[in-house]
Amino acid sequence: MASRISIPNAIKGLPLPSWLGDLASVWLAPVLVLAALLVAPLLLSDFRVALLGKFLTFAILAMSLNLIWGYAGMLSLGHGVFFGLGGYAMAMFLKLESANGKLPDFMFWSGLTELPFFWAPFEYAWFAIPMTFIVPAAIAGGLGYLVFRSRITGVYFALITQALALIVSILFIGQQPYTGGTNGITNYTTIFGFAINSPATQVVLYYATLATLALTYLLCAWLIASRFGRLLVAMRDDENRVRFSGYNPAALKTIVFALSAGIAGIAGALFTPQVGIISPTMMGIVPSIEVAIWVAVGGRGVLLGAIVGAILVNGAKSGLSESFPAIWQYFLGLLFIGAVLVFPSGIMGLLRGEGWRRPEWFSTSHLPGFAARVLPGVKK
Amino acid sequence: MEVWASQLFNGLSLSSILLLTALGLALSFGLMNVINLAHGEFIMIGAYTTYALQQVAAHYTGDPQSGITFLIAIPASFIMSAAAGYLVEVTVIRFLYRRPLDTLLATWGVGLFLQQLARSIFGAPNVQVVAPAWLSSTVSITSNLLLPMKRIFIIGLVLACLGALYLYMYRSNEGRRMRGVMQNREMASSLGVSTRRVDSFTFALGSGLAGVAGCALTLIGPIGPSLGTFYIVDAFIVVILGGLGQIPGTIMAALIIGILNTLFEFGTTAVVGKVLVFAMVILFLQWKPAGLMRARGR
Repeated sequence: MASRISIPNAIKGLPLPSWLGDLASVWLAPVLVLAALLVAPLLLSDFRVALLGKFLTFAILAMSLNLIWGYAGMLSLGHGVFFGLGGYAMAMFLKLESANGKLPDFMFWSGLTELPFFWAPFEYAWFAIPMTFIVPAAIAGGLGYLVFRSRITGVYFALITQALALIVSILFIGQQPYTGGTNGITNYTTIFGFAINSPATQVVLYYATLATLALTYLLCAWLIASRFGRLLVAMRDDENRVRFSGYNPAALKTIVFALSAGIAGIAGALFTPQVGIISPTMMGIVPSIEVAIWVAVGGRGVLLGAIVGAILVNGAKSGLSESFPAIWQYFLGLLFIGAVLVFPSGIMGLLRGEGWRRPEWFSTSHLPGFAARVLPGVKK
Repeated sequence: MEVWASQLFNGLSLSSILLLTALGLALSFGLMNVINLAHGEFIMIGAYTTYALQQVAAHYTGDPQSGITFLIAIPASFIMSAAAGYLVEVTVIRFLYRRPLDTLLATWGVGLFLQQLARSIFGAPNVQVVAPAWLSSTVSITSNLLLPMKRIFIIGLVLACLGALYLYMYRSNEGRRMRGVMQNREMASSLGVSTRRVDSFTFALGSGLAGVAGCALTLIGPIGPSLGTFYIVDAFIVVILGGLGQIPGTIMAALIIGILNTLFEFGTTAVVGKVLVFAMVILFLQWKPAGLMRARGR
């Protein structure tokens, strides 16, 4: 249909050598997005750069969920937990650096007299930074092994991860002396000796986040193109067939779930120094399920979709919720319904010309012929 | 001894609320494979119906503690929540059968919408329903064992609902059709059962039961727009433990989880109690992945 907008197809129509056209159709959109994000700090105010940096950490988080939901068909409603765990690991490092050898302030207020043993090694960056990946990956791996081994799939898996989000967030609220309770961990002064709030440090952190995002994109693109990625998609579409072909779906799922959780942890580690706080409100049920809507709006099963969705939805949120909090809540509710009913393939799906899913109540069969032709993506 | 008995009793009353919430979820999951994350909001609708009714009655009679109002509020909450459930089924959920993960997200959206609606109508702060005078007493079994009348009433209410549900499912034509569709949708449909009608009725019934749970909750504490989210995760754990849409399994699971929760909380803290229950359910599923009861394969 002529009315469809499709970047890849448009590229293919240009008089280019075929290999260049193929290359461009895969990489043009990501490169354009990357270029826009690279120049953004030159054009935006410090405040906006900090905000965009935060959105980029959300984009990494969304990409980690897209890897297991979009490709492997497992919807995790607990990804906020893994994001939070990475954020807390980083926060422990920053807090100990800021405390300068003394006991962190909130521990002193809660009546602790010495540093808990599990806090001590987080003083060192060589320990803390790998831990932002290892801790969430290990927890996801352990839970995933138990869950997938007993062949718990689909909604059961989603509900168990949702329960995980509830449990971990109340656990962190309850352990005030060790986690800072409801307030979380905040008030950092320096990162590797640089003042954490200075605009220069924030710009460096922004580019570090952007570099991590690009690397994660490349990693995911490589994974999905590999045999492993094809197995993930095969499992999503017919798990039994994969099992009968001699593969072990439980092992594959555990690996990809742990990897995805680790990536979410790294996103959290980048979030903490840019926003200046990590607290249990980042890991509860509500923030965890919101990640799913970023992915759904952007387009499930499209790598770039998660990035686009995370930035757009959060941009709309910070624009709308500051001035009209009530309208934002209604809008978010409708977005959840609409993303499922009306445009299940998301923005990337629309751009690729996959079209709207015409809901049954929006039937065009009773409309005059021209209206049915004008409405985008309506399939006869 | 008395301490344990009173703990057991508290566990039982928690179980009964969980059960009333989980029954609706189990019905819609067993019948339609639909996971309804807006179920907590039907609890909230029931609770606010009770509140609104009491406000109106107090305005005209000047007696907020009227017991009659509360008795009227029980069926009123059922009707309001069932109507809301019917509306949600007809406008959103029926397009999503066979896409359970998508219903999860769409119903979450419905839930957000309903919560904000409650916030717009009743305001964000919690409100309190005044319990009727005849429910504010305690019953003493021994000198140290006092059972609050409210909790006894809740248990009785839940038993009555269970009885009514049993009669509906096993002694009425509607119920027979519902069980038929649950067991074999295609066969029931080809024998002339309107599965669309059964689906939306069952969904409304489950939502109505959640509304009654909401009405009962007003006796226990203050109510607010996000009331439902406190109970919904526990209710899902009950459904998972009980087995795919199995009513007897759901009843057993609600009893087990309610009592374990209370006992663990008593032995440790509320947080550790919840963590222990979650860990036990995960471990149990290693042993019986399909839950306590499983549907016979067909």
